[in-house]
Amino acid sequence: MTDNIVEINNLSFGYKGRLLHKGINMSFARGKVVAIMGGSGSGKTTLLRLIGGQLKPVHGEVKVDGQVVHKQDRAGLYNLRRKMGMLFQGGALFTDLSVFENVAFPIREHTNLPESMVRDLVLMKLQAVGLRGANKLKPTELSGGMARRVALARAVALDPAIIMYDEPFAGLDPISMSVICNLIRSLNDALGATSIVVTHDVNETFSFVDYVYFVSQGVVVAEGTPDELRKSDLPFVHQFVHGEADGPVPFHYPASDYKRDMLRGHDV
Amino acid sequence: MFSAMGNVVSRIGHRLIERIWRFGGGIRFFCYIMIYSGESFRRLHLTIREIYFTGVMSLIIMLVSAFFVGMVLALQGYNTLQKFGSSEAIGVLVALSLVRELGPVVTALLFAGRAGTAITAEIGLMKATEQLSAMEMMAVSPIARVVAPRFWAGVISMPLLAAMFSMVGVLGGYMVAVPLLGVDNGAFWSQMQANVDFRLDIVNGIIKSVVFGVACTMIALFEGYDAPPTAEGVSRATTRTVVNSSLAVLALDFVMTSFMIG
Repeated sequence: MTDNIVEINNLSFGYKGRLLHKGINMSFARGKVVAIMGGSGSGKTTLLRLIGGQLKPVHGEVKVDGQVVHKQDRAGLYNLRRKMGMLFQGGALFTDLSVFENVAFPIREHTNLPESMVRDLVLMKLQAVGLRGANKLKPTELSGGMARRVALARAVALDPAIIMYDEPFAGLDPISMSVICNLIRSLNDALGATSIVVTHDVNETFSFVDYVYFVSQGVVVAEGTPDELRKSDLPFVHQFVHGEADGPVPFHYPASDYKRDMLRGHDV
Repeated sequence: MFSAMGNVVSRIGHRLIERIWRFGGGIRFFCYIMIYSGESFRRLHLTIREIYFTGVMSLIIMLVSAFFVGMVLALQGYNTLQKFGSSEAIGVLVALSLVRELGPVVTALLFAGRAGTAITAEIGLMKATEQLSAMEMMAVSPIARVVAPRFWAGVISMPLLAAMFSMVGVLGGYMVAVPLLGVDNGAFWSQMQANVDFRLDIVNGIIKSVVFGVACTMIALFEGYDAPPTAEGVSRATTRTVVNSSLAVLALDFVMTSFMIG
């Protein structure tokens, strides 16, 4: 058995002839928490979708547990997905179901456990994210941070080998951010899983992950442990880690000459 | 001049190709529903739950509309039949109009407006909020779990709603014709009983409503599933559901009527 549960080899992906990823190589070791970082629109979420088999690469491959994801038929793909849990950016909770029902959903779909055992499992998962008391609430009654925690409980309901997090800190207050950071680390270690965290929040992420990949303009521009990257003098990493407005990632979207644009009048 | 004409032709061609693609997409979507129906039948409680939402929840608006439609039919029919001295035939006129045409057609139009738009908006929003993607990532097919139960709920609900529409419509017609306009009670019912044929009128009406059920539910589901995941996308999809369903019902009604009468 390989030490890497997920391997991305020479992966290229794009829409309508425009390549978003150009020959990306990454590997995710078992038991580790790995972050994929990069600016908005750099294709981080798309990478998660490629790992989950929701998109097919143009070139290259993604291997999960030794199996090439895009070569699987439906049954094979669903078998692979049973080893994965994913936390979506907005939580993606089913709004017609209660918190309890949301967490019970994957258990009921994939197991034939008696209802008493489903109840125990759901309450254990909710207890792990601190929301056992909220099990009767509807998703519309939850705050953003609580919804994210319920989604996390649902993502780990079947004890997956890989847990993927899509922008888990987006729109959260500092306390909720800290709670989610601790949960990602503690759940990963308790379940012996591998976590892939897509994010652009440097400080929170560097505090708990084992390894980081920086993606920009379709390629991996830097990788290493948080300590190595903090000390990196690569211009992109320096700009990103220190939050500088201008640098290799330009502040301005590409445009024609500013002066000529202003003099041209209303015709934009 | 030629360039402008070229542009017009190009735009028309582009729209035509787009429509053909969407039509093909709709057919493929229908095939998927059929394939995944077996999986969804194993969870019958989902279909029953959707029958409640699409059928039972539409019942009030259907029955109230049916009552008024029946009353108007009786008023208009009586006015015309009286000129020919055959006002006792009002019962037949009301019943045949409802069972053959108005029952299935008006039910389908109301269904498209009430349940169809709800289905499109719900599925469109589920897509926009990544609920369908989440389901796929949990190795659960959204077509089997979300789409197929709604499809079968629509197909089962429509003929039942149409039957109740016709029944209440006849009652509305009776309320106007007999107590209000003074048509003979016995003549009203006996003429109806003698002239409404079970196979030619009632069965054909049921066939129509089943076809409308397939068409309206398919359009609502496809528009929701195919909607761009934005507020504007869902809003446009909801509008398209009503417009396309209404046109499909009226066109299908003409085609089926011509076969049934011919």
